[in-house]
Parts: sequence; C-alpha cells; structure tokens
Amino acid sequence: MRPVAASREGVLYALRDAGLAALVAFGLFAPLVGLRTDVVEGGLALRGRWDDVAWLCLIAFVGRLAMVLLAGRRLPRLALPAPLARTARYVTPFCLGLALLLPWLPFVERYELDLGILVLTYVMLGWGLNIVVGLAGLLDLGYVAFYAVGAYSYALLSTTYGLSFWVCLPLAGLLAAFAGVLLGFPVLRLRGDYLAIVTLAFGEIIRVVLTNWVSLTNGPNGISGIPRPGLFGLAFTSEEGGFADFFGLEYDPVHRVIFLYYLILGLALLTNWVTLRLRRQPLGRAWEALREDEIACRALGINVTVTKLTAFAIGAMFAGFAGSFFATRQAFVSPESFTFIESAIILAIVVLGGMGSQLGVALAALLLIGGTELFRDLAEWRMLIFGAAMVVIMVVRPRGLVGTRTPSIALGEKRAIGGNFVSEGH
Amino acid sequence: MAYALQQLINGVSLGMIYGLIAVGYTMVYGIIGMINFAHGDVFMVGAFVSLITALLLGLGSGAAGPGALLLVLLAAMAVTALYGWTVERVAYRPLRGSFRLAPLISAIGMSILLQNYVQVAQGARVKPTGTLVPGGVTLMETDGFAVQFSYVQMLIIVVTLAVLAGFTLLVTRTPMGRAMRACEQDRKMAALLGIDTDRIISLTFVIGAALAAVAGCMYLLRYGVIDFYIGFLAGVKAFTAAVLGGIGSLPGAVLGGLLIGLIETFWSAYFSAQYKDVAAFSILILTLVLMPSGLLGRQEVEKV
Repeated sequence: MRPVAASREGVLYALRDAGLAALVAFGLFAPLVGLRTDVVEGGLALRGRWDDVAWLCLIAFVGRLAMVLLAGRRLPRLALPAPLARTARYVTPFCLGLALLLPWLPFVERYELDLGILVLTYVMLGWGLNIVVGLAGLLDLGYVAFYAVGAYSYALLSTTYGLSFWVCLPLAGLLAAFAGVLLGFPVLRLRGDYLAIVTLAFGEIIRVVLTNWVSLTNGPNGISGIPRPGLFGLAFTSEEGGFADFFGLEYDPVHRVIFLYYLILGLALLTNWVTLRLRRQPLGRAWEALREDEIACRALGINVTVTKLTAFAIGAMFAGFAGSFFATRQAFVSPESFTFIESAIILAIVVLGGMGSQLGVALAALLLIGGTELFRDLAEWRMLIFGAAMVVIMVVRPRGLVGTRTPSIALGEKRAIGGNFVSEGH
Repeated sequence: MAYALQQLINGVSLGMIYGLIAVGYTMVYGIIGMINFAHGDVFMVGAFVSLITALLLGLGSGAAGPGALLLVLLAAMAVTALYGWTVERVAYRPLRGSFRLAPLISAIGMSILLQNYVQVAQGARVKPTGTLVPGGVTLMETDGFAVQFSYVQMLIIVVTLAVLAGFTLLVTRTPMGRAMRACEQDRKMAALLGIDTDRIISLTFVIGAALAAVAGCMYLLRYGVIDFYIGFLAGVKAFTAAVLGGIGSLPGAVLGGLLIGLIETFWSAYFSAQYKDVAAFSILILTLVLMPSGLLGRQEVEKV
C-alpha cells in the first residue's frame, strides 16, 4: 500500500480507492444479501433487502478510505508482546489465583461457573494440542477425534459396565492415546499440509463411524444418562450419604458445579505441568528439535518415529481426559459435538496463543471462547464473528497473542526470545 | 451390467464436479503452497449465486432454456470470481511471507466466515428448486432396469469438458498462462523477470473461484437442493481429489476428481451409502501413505 500524504492527489487517490472498494462490496453483497431466497409454498421466492446492501457498501467505502488515509501514518502499535513478556511473571500467578478463587468471588453465579468450566475445557484441549502442534510441530486438524474417543470411552464404559468416573478417566486417556498412535503410524512420513489434511480426514472418519455404528454408539441420537462423578464415593445428591449430608451442609446443586470446575482446573493444570516437565526432559527436547529440523534430528540419532508417536499419543491422551470430563459434565454425548469446527477452534486457540506459549494458549482460549460467549444472544452471528476474528487476529498478529517464548534450556540467564525465531514445524 | 453402467454415468458426472473444484485447490497450492481451505465455501457461494440468478430469471420451476442457463452460469462465475479475489486480498495477501501456518489458520477462519455469512444472509434452511433440466435418454433396458442418461448429466459432462478445455488453452497458450506457470515453478525468479506475481496470484484465485462457480451451478442443476453447509464436504473431497491426482498437476486434479466420484458412487451402490465418506477419506490416507506425490505429481525432493 502506498503511503498517502495529506495532499490533494492523495485524498483523490484515497477517494477513488474507497469508491472501488464500495463497488466491490456491491458486487459481493448485492446477490447474496440483497436478494434473500425464502422457502414459500410451491418453491422459492426472492425478497429484496437493498437497504442492508447500501449500509454494507457504505461501511466498505468508509473503512477503505480510513485505511488508505491512515496507511502512511504510524499508528500506535498494538504493543502487547513486550509488556506482556515483562509482566508475564506477574500475569501467570494472577491468572492462576483468579482461576483458583473464581467460585468464591462474590459476583460469580452458576452461569459464570459454567462459562469458566467451558473455557477451562478449551484451555486444557489447547494445552494438549500444543504438545503436538506447538512443541513437536505436527499440524493436527483432527484433534477432536481423540476428544471424541475419550468421551465415548467414558460414556460406553460407564453405561455398559457401570465403571466409575475415576476408573474410566485413565482408561479413556489410554484409549485416546492408542487412537493417537493408530493415527500416528500412517502419517509418520507426511509433513505440513498433507499431515493436516490426513488428520482432518481421520477426524471425519471417527465422526462418521460414531454416527453410523448405531448398535454401539446409538448413532446420531447419542448416549444419554451418563453417570456423574462423585468425590471419593460421595455423590452430589440431596440424599443421605451424599456430599452435602456428609459435610453437614445444606444441599445445593451448585456444589456439583464447583466440584466440576475444580476437576477441570486440576486436569488442565496437570496438562500444563506435564508439558512443562516434559519440555525439560530428553523427550521434550527431541520434540522441539524435531519441530526445528527433522533431517538434523535424524542425523543426530534421534528416533523420529518414537518421537512423533509419543507426541501424538501424549497429546491425544489429554484430549481423552478432557473428553471424558466433557461426557460426565454433559451427561450426554452425540457425534454432533465432535465436528471439524471443534478441531479448528482448538487449533485456532493454539496458533492465536502464539504456538508453544502456555500463557498465550490460556489467554487465547479465554478470548475466543469467552469472547464469543458474549455474543451468544446473536445466535447465528456468533460463528460469523468468530470466523472474522480468526482472520483479523491472524492478519494483525500472525505470531499470536504472546509473540515471545521462554527457551526450554539456556546457558546462564533465561531471556524471552521472539516467536519468529522459532520454526513452525513441518 | 446395466446397474454398473448407470453407476458409471452417475460417478463420472459427480467426479466432474469434484474435478472442477479440485483444479482450484491444485492451482493455488501450486503457486503459493497453501491449502485454500475456503475454496469449498467459495463453491457453495457459487451454488447460491446460481440459485439466486435462476430465481431472478424466473426459473423457479419447470424447464429452463439454454440461454437462461448460460446467463445463470456466467453470473455465478462473475460474482464468485469476485468472492475469490476478495478472499485472497483480505485474508491471504497480508500474510504472504509470514510463517506457514498463518495463512492456513486465516483460511479456516475465512471458511467459517463464508459459511456463516451465507447462513445469516440466506437462512439456514435447505433451498429446494424444481428440476431445471428435466428428462433424459434411456440407453438400455435389461431385466426391468433402465439405464438413464439424463440431460443434466450430459450437460454437466459437456460443460465441464468445455470449461476445462478453455482453461487448459488459457494456461498453456496465453502469455498470462505462461506467467502463471512461471510463478508456479519459481515465484521469486518470475518476479525478477518482471512478472507481477501479486496480480498472477489474484488471477489464480479468480480463475479457481470461477471454476468452482461452474461446479456449484452444476451441483444445483443436478441435485436441486443446496444449503450453506455443502461446501465443507465437497471441499474436503475435492482436496482429496487434488492430492490423489498429484497436487500441483492440473490434469491430475481432474483425474483425481473422476476417481473420487467413481469410488464414492460405486461404494454407495455396492457396499453402504452411509460409509461413502469414509471410503473417500480412506483413499486419501492410503494415497498419501503409499504414494505421497499422487498419480501424476512430481516427486518432491527434500532439501536441507
């Protein structure tokens, strides 16, 4: 874009450019917004909505005009990374403290807690996928498949064999990890976009199988009546011997929500802790080396097969944990919860968070999930805004919200490094 | 035998649609090396514009004349090409030279955006149209099973072949096509030789979108029912077709499209229709594992 001085030609140029933008907007919106197809008796009918088109064209004109006129000026930079990097040591404990104390804050009601549980589920999924994408550099677009495996494992094991949540949780993680290895084997040789599309296909295969294997999964109707977990055998019911009764409290359904909140917080923190520990160990270092350069890894004698498979397996395991949590929270699972869009959302959280930054992933989950929740009254518009936000954030900050990393190992003092020094994997 | 012939006809006409979309994927991948995830949704936009133009021309029900159909096709191509151009300009161009995942995420966002935009603008309900091209010929009849070759299927095959022929001429015989091929081989070198690579990339998106619009129009004529979600599956399958044929190879994309169409049709006819998507995706995985460069693709050499 040419810088436009505040000269007469500059303004004329800007006006012409903006006029073109409005023309393009007219071409784009006239057929699809201007003419709405309505299903009427005996076929379809068109209904004109030209005032909306006029508004959209005006927005395009003004927006483009502002962009061209301001292009030459130095806008105040969205200076998020540097201060955030410096204050990270305060931000992290603050966030952690807030998360721990959330149920006890005065303004927090049932709705806020449910939202907190939702956000934390995505934080956990984001951290789990971060192992695969951010650390090992393997682009996975089918992550939701492992989430589904975890959810269905718990749903089926508990409804068929009556196993408790605490027994099923490790089993679900194990099964999901197994699915991860199953996916990992065929894709060992693939890289980049090919890997992405195969993982996407894998995710879709799992969903189609869940939908059509009616005798096992009850098909599109899903499985309902999944038992709720208890705390060391104390059920969250109003009956005698329940949680409230045991502690001599008055029964309140919010107890269960608080319990679920701490459960997912614990699981998410476990994911984080394992990731941070693994990063310092040979396996984690092998992952990061693999992300930077696979050929060099081979030359240095790293077993690439094992390294990739463990990344898939461990990432999938956490998705499995999150999946069984999801199943127990909803008490219902159906294939509809595991569409591609979920994978896309989780991947967006990881990339927008800055790929590899634990804090960034958490903040991105809060922003994307909590942010779109604000628009939930706008039902249909919610995903529209979500998609637009993905594009805009990517264009404005392609390196994610937290553009810096702390190196896993350093000689002497640890300093944050720019995200652009980190390879994005293959 | 008759049954198989019928499936062959169905498979080829479906495969042509996939092939048209696959060309768009393969062209973009060849030039800028990214999966244009929103391409399937551009196809969906093409189908919607076709529907709206058809309604504007009063083709809501009953047969349509060839002139009106041509007008529908051209309008769809023009508007969809504009969408293709805008998508590239807004979501991909600012990210050129950025790290490789950035355009992919932006493309996924664009795909979500387009889908929900059409849902908001046109409503979530499926849009049924009457049969615009009715009738057909009966090729043979054995044991009470008549093999139908409908006019719509003929139209799809003829239009697709014509469009692809025109497209091939454009790529192989014109200066613009030469510039496109040069960009595909080495974008930096092409720029040094005075080719406006940004313009060529824009053109690639415009042409890809126009081809997707043809596919969308054909889809509308063939199935008569569209909704805002058709782009996702069609897009993934067309990408599968592009990979199967060898990504970056234009004849490969069409060949891959035909194969995917045939596999899907025969699978639904002889095994189970519910698992036809699984069949298509398994083919994708098998191809990539056994033959990563596809049927007609070049072997990629890994460099340090």
